[in-house]
Amino acid sequence: MADEPWANSRYALRLSQSPDAPETAEFNDPRGDVGWIHSYETGSTVDGPGIRVTVFMSGCLLRCLYCHNPDTWHLKDGTRVSFERAEQALTSYAAALRAMDGGLTISGGEPLVQMHFTKRLFASAKRMGVHTALDTSGFLGARADDDYLRLVDLVLLDIKSWDPATYRRAVGQDLRPTLEFAERLANLGKPVWVRFVLVPGLTDDPANVEGIARFVAPMSNVEWVEVLPFHQMGSFKWKAAGLDYELLDTPSPSPDLVARVLGQFRDAGCRAR
Amino acid sequence: MPGEAIATQTSADTLKQAAGHERTGSFAVKTTPPTTEIAVSVAEWSGFAPGRWQHAIDVRDFIQRNVTPYDGDEGFLIGSTDRTKAVWAKLQPYFKEEIRKGVLDADAKTPSSLTSHPPGYIDRDNEVIVGLQTDAPFRRAIMPYGGLRMVEAGLKAAGIEPDPIVHDIFTKYRKTHNEGVFDAYTPEIMACRRSHIITGLPDAYGRGRIIGDYRRVALYGTDRLLEAKRAERALLDAKWPTDDVIREREELAEQTRALSDLATMAKSYGLDITRPAANAREAVQWTYFGYLGAIKEANGAAMSIGRVSSFLDIYIERDLSSGAIDEAGAQELVDQFVQKLRIVRFLRTPDYDALFSGDPYWATECIGGMDLNGRPLVTRTSFRMLHTLTNLGPAPEPNITVLWSTQLPDGFKRYCIKVSAETSSIQYENDDLMRPYWGDDYGIACCVSAMRIGNQMQFFGARANLGKCLLYAINGGRDEVSGDQVGPAVAPVTGEVLEFDDVMTKFDSMMEWLAQTYVHAMNCIHYMHDKYYYERLEMALHDQQILRTMAFGIAGLSVVTDSLSAIKHAKVRPIRREDGLIVAYETTGDFPKYGNNDDRVDSIAADLVSTFMKKIRKYPTYRNAVHTQSVLTITSNVVYGKNTGDTPDGRKAGEPFAPGANPMHGRDSHGWLASCLSVAKLPYADAQDGISYTVSVTPSLNRLDEGQKIAQAVKVLDTYCGQGGFHMNLNVLNRDTLLDAMEHPDKYPQLTIRVSGYAVNFVRLTKEQQMDVISRTFHGE
Ligand code: SF4
Repeated sequence: MADEPWANSRYALRLSQSPDAPETAEFNDPRGDVGWIHSYETGSTVDGPGIRVTVFMSGCLLRCLYCHNPDTWHLKDGTRVSFERAEQALTSYAAALRAMDGGLTISGGEPLVQMHFTKRLFASAKRMGVHTALDTSGFLGARADDDYLRLVDLVLLDIKSWDPATYRRAVGQDLRPTLEFAERLANLGKPVWVRFVLVPGLTDDPANVEGIARFVAPMSNVEWVEVLPFHQMGSFKWKAAGLDYELLDTPSPSPDLVARVLGQFRDAGCRAR
Repeated sequence: MPGEAIATQTSADTLKQAAGHERTGSFAVKTTPPTTEIAVSVAEWSGFAPGRWQHAIDVRDFIQRNVTPYDGDEGFLIGSTDRTKAVWAKLQPYFKEEIRKGVLDADAKTPSSLTSHPPGYIDRDNEVIVGLQTDAPFRRAIMPYGGLRMVEAGLKAAGIEPDPIVHDIFTKYRKTHNEGVFDAYTPEIMACRRSHIITGLPDAYGRGRIIGDYRRVALYGTDRLLEAKRAERALLDAKWPTDDVIREREELAEQTRALSDLATMAKSYGLDITRPAANAREAVQWTYFGYLGAIKEANGAAMSIGRVSSFLDIYIERDLSSGAIDEAGAQELVDQFVQKLRIVRFLRTPDYDALFSGDPYWATECIGGMDLNGRPLVTRTSFRMLHTLTNLGPAPEPNITVLWSTQLPDGFKRYCIKVSAETSSIQYENDDLMRPYWGDDYGIACCVSAMRIGNQMQFFGARANLGKCLLYAINGGRDEVSGDQVGPAVAPVTGEVLEFDDVMTKFDSMMEWLAQTYVHAMNCIHYMHDKYYYERLEMALHDQQILRTMAFGIAGLSVVTDSLSAIKHAKVRPIRREDGLIVAYETTGDFPKYGNNDDRVDSIAADLVSTFMKKIRKYPTYRNAVHTQSVLTITSNVVYGKNTGDTPDGRKAGEPFAPGANPMHGRDSHGWLASCLSVAKLPYADAQDGISYTVSVTPSLNRLDEGQKIAQAVKVLDTYCGQGGFHMNLNVLNRDTLLDAMEHPDKYPQLTIRVSGYAVNFVRLTKEQQMDVISRTFHGE
C-alpha cells in the first residue's frame, strides 16, 4: 500500500519509502495536495497539552547530531499521503482529542518543509475545533506567514543552542533564523514552549544555557521552557541507516546536570521544567 | 399471578429488542419479582426507609431507598485494625508455601456440600468475619458432581490419593454432569472438541458464571427467603405438569433444601441467619455466608460475588451514625470480608490451570455505576473496597470491577485511577453502555458478563475458535493441524492466490456450520448441568422467573480480521502440503491491521462479531435462553494459538492469539488511542456478554505532577467510554515490571516507553538504555 504510513510501526526504520519524491532542499509544495509522512502516533502526552495525535512529517534541513529520527530527513523516507486521507484520519480522532483537552501536534522532521500540506492540516484541525501545535526548530520560521501562524495555537520551539558555533556544530545550520522566528512569535504573542535538548559535552556549557535563558526570559508568550535530557534511544536508527553516529559514547545527563540547567533557566526568570 | 410471568417476558423481549438495535434506545425495564406479602415490623430493619422491599424480595428497591451516595474523596479512609493484621499474618505462610508447592492440602474423602465440613477458622480470636470452604484454610474440597475425572486428576497432581469410596460412589451409583454430557454429544461435537475448534466448554467442570443475590441472606434471613420460595412453589403447583413445570418444581425443592442447609451451616459457626442481619457486621457475615455456601457446592470457572459494597454501606452507615462502629470498624469489616475472598480455593487440574494461567476464580465485585435516575451508586464502602488493595496489598481477587460512567463523582474517579496506578488490580467497564440493557443493579460474572442480580443467569459457553474456522473454510473442512475432516467436506480453496470473495463465501458457510454445532453442544451441556449439577443455593438466591442467557464466545477475532484484510489488500499465497492441505501462507504486500483506528479493517472486525452472532441466534437454545456472545479469551489466547496452524495474516502456527478483543501484538502501531478507538467500534449489541480489552501503560516521561496525571487518565477513560468502549483492563507498569522485562524480554513484546516526541519498544533497548529509562521514569522512588 503506497498510501499507508498508517500500516507500519512508528518504531520501524523507514528509509526510501517513496524513492520518487523530490529532494528536500529544493522542495516546494504550492498546493499541499500530498504530503510525505514518516508516521503518526496517537495518545501522546509529551508533545503539548492534553492527549494528542502527533504526525511526524518527513524532510528536514538540519542534521542534529543527536537526532532521534534520522529517518525523517528526506522526503523520500516518508510515505506519500493524499491530503484527503490525512484529513480523514484526523477526523476520526477529533472527538476524542476535544474530549481529552488534547490536540494535533505536527512534528517531524521539520513541518515547515511541507508548509502547505501542514497548513491545510492545521486548518482542518481548527475547523474541527481541535487544538494545534507546531513542533519546529524554527530554522524555516520565515516560511510560516501570519496566516499560517493564525492556525497554530502553540509553537513547540526547539532552541538547540545559544552559541552560534555550538549551534552550527550541533545541527549544521545557522542559529539566526530560529532567533528571529522566536522574536516574531513574541511580537505576535503566540504561546510558545521552548525546548532545549541537553547533551552532555555538546550543549551543556553554562554560557550556552545562560544565553537562551536570558533571551527567552523577557518573552511573556513563552509558557514553558522544557529541558529534554539527551537519550540514546534513537541510536539504533543511525546504525541501521549506515550513518556515522558521533554521540555513540555520550551519556545521558546526570540528574545534577539537569538540575543545574533547570536552575539556570529559573534563575533567569523562566518557567522551566 | 400473571404479573410476574409478563414482567420476565418483557425483560427477555427487551433484551432481544436491544440485540436487534444499535445501542441507541433506552431499555431500562425493571423486572417485577413475585410479591409475597410479608410482615413489615422487623426489628432488624429499624431505621431503614420503608418500601416495596419490605413486602417482596427486592434488594434493588432497598438500595434505592436507603443508599447514601458519597461524592467526596478518599481522605476519610484508614488502615487495617490489629485484628485484621493478625488474621492476615496468619495467612502469609500459606500464601508463601502455595507459591512453592501449589495445592497445599485437599480433603479427598468428603464431597463438598453446605454441611459437609465442620466450621473452619484462621485465627478465631481475631476473625470478625468467619467461614471457610472446609475445616481449614487452603484445604481444598472435592466436588465430583461436575465430573469425577477432573477431581481425581486434580488430587493426583497434588500428590494426594483419590479416595476409593468416593470413586465407587461416583462410578457405580451416582452419575456426573460430565458423563451426562458425553451421553448426549454427537460424534461431530466430539471431533470439534478434539480438534480445539470449540474449547473450554464446561462439560467436565462447573459452569460457574451464576451470581446468587447473596445480599438477600442479609436483608431477609433464610426464613423469609424460604417463605418466598414456598409462595413460588404454590404457583407452580397450580400449573399443569409439563416437563418444564416438573423440572422447575424439582429445582424449587432443591433450592428450599439449600436455604435450610445454609442456615445449618451458619449455625455450626454459632450464627443464626434465619433472621435478617441486625447490624453491619452481621450484614457482611450473612452476605459472605451466602457466597461461601455457593463456593462450597459449585466450583465454577467464575464465581462472582456480585455488587455488594453499596448494599453493605447502608448497614455500615446505620451503625456509624448510631455510634455502634467507627471508621476503623467499618474498614475492618470490609478488609476481613476481602481476606476471605482472597483465600477461595478450588481443586483443579494442571491442564485447567494452564488454560487460565493460574488458578483464578473471579470473585468479581462491582463498585460504582449510576442508577436509573442519574444518581451515582458510589458510597464510602466503594472506597473502602478499593482501599483493601492498599491495606492488604494488590491482588487479582476479588476481581474489583469499576462500573465507569462519565457521570461518576470526580473524587471517586480520581481515587480509582490512583489505586490502578499503584496496584494494576482494577478493571473498568462502561456503565453508560450497560445500564440501558441491564438496569442499575447488575453484576459482572467473570470478567465482562453483565447480568441483573437475582433475576438473570447465564449458561456459560466458553468460545469457538474463529481463526481455526477460517482455516477450515480454506481447507474444505479439514483441520490444518491433524488433516482430519472435522467440518463439512466442502470444496477447498483452489488456485495460487486467495481471492477475498471466494474465501468470504466459504468462510460464511463454515461459520454457519460452526454456529450450529456450537449451539448444539451448549444445549447438551446445560441440560445435563441442570440435571446433575444444579446450583441449588445460587439459584435459591434468584427469583423463580428469571431471564436466562446462553453465552457464546469467539476467540481469534484480531487474527481473522487481519487475515481477511491481508487477503483483501495484499497478496496471500497458500502453501500446500503433498495431500493438498494448506498448511502455510506467504503474504506479500502491506495491509491495514486491526487496532489502528482504520475503518477499512475495523469494519471487518465489527462485521465478524455481528455475523457470527446472527448465525448463533438462528438455533434454538435449551430453556429458550437468549443468545449472547463475548469477545473474550480470558488468558486462554495462548492455548488457542497453540492449537491453530499458520494464518494468512502472517501469524505462525502455535503463536498466541491476542487476548480478548485486543489487536495482535505489536500491530497496533499508532499508539493506544488508535487501538482503543478500534476496539470501541465492536458492537456491544452483538456482544452482550462482553468485549474484553487489556491495556498496559507505563507512567509516561512527561512533566505532569501526580494530580494532573490522574486528571488526564480520568479524561482518557471518560473518552474511551464516551466513544463506546466497553471494557478496559488497565495495567500500569511499575519499576518491577520493567526490571522483569529486562530479564524476560519475551514476556513483554509490546512494552512501550514514551519520551518526548518519540516512543520506543522497551525490550529492544540495550541493558544500559533500559536502566536509563527506569531511572528516568521512576526517579524519586
Ligand atoms: S531538527 Fe529534528 S528532525 Fe531535524 S535533524 Fe534535528 S532533531 Fe532531527
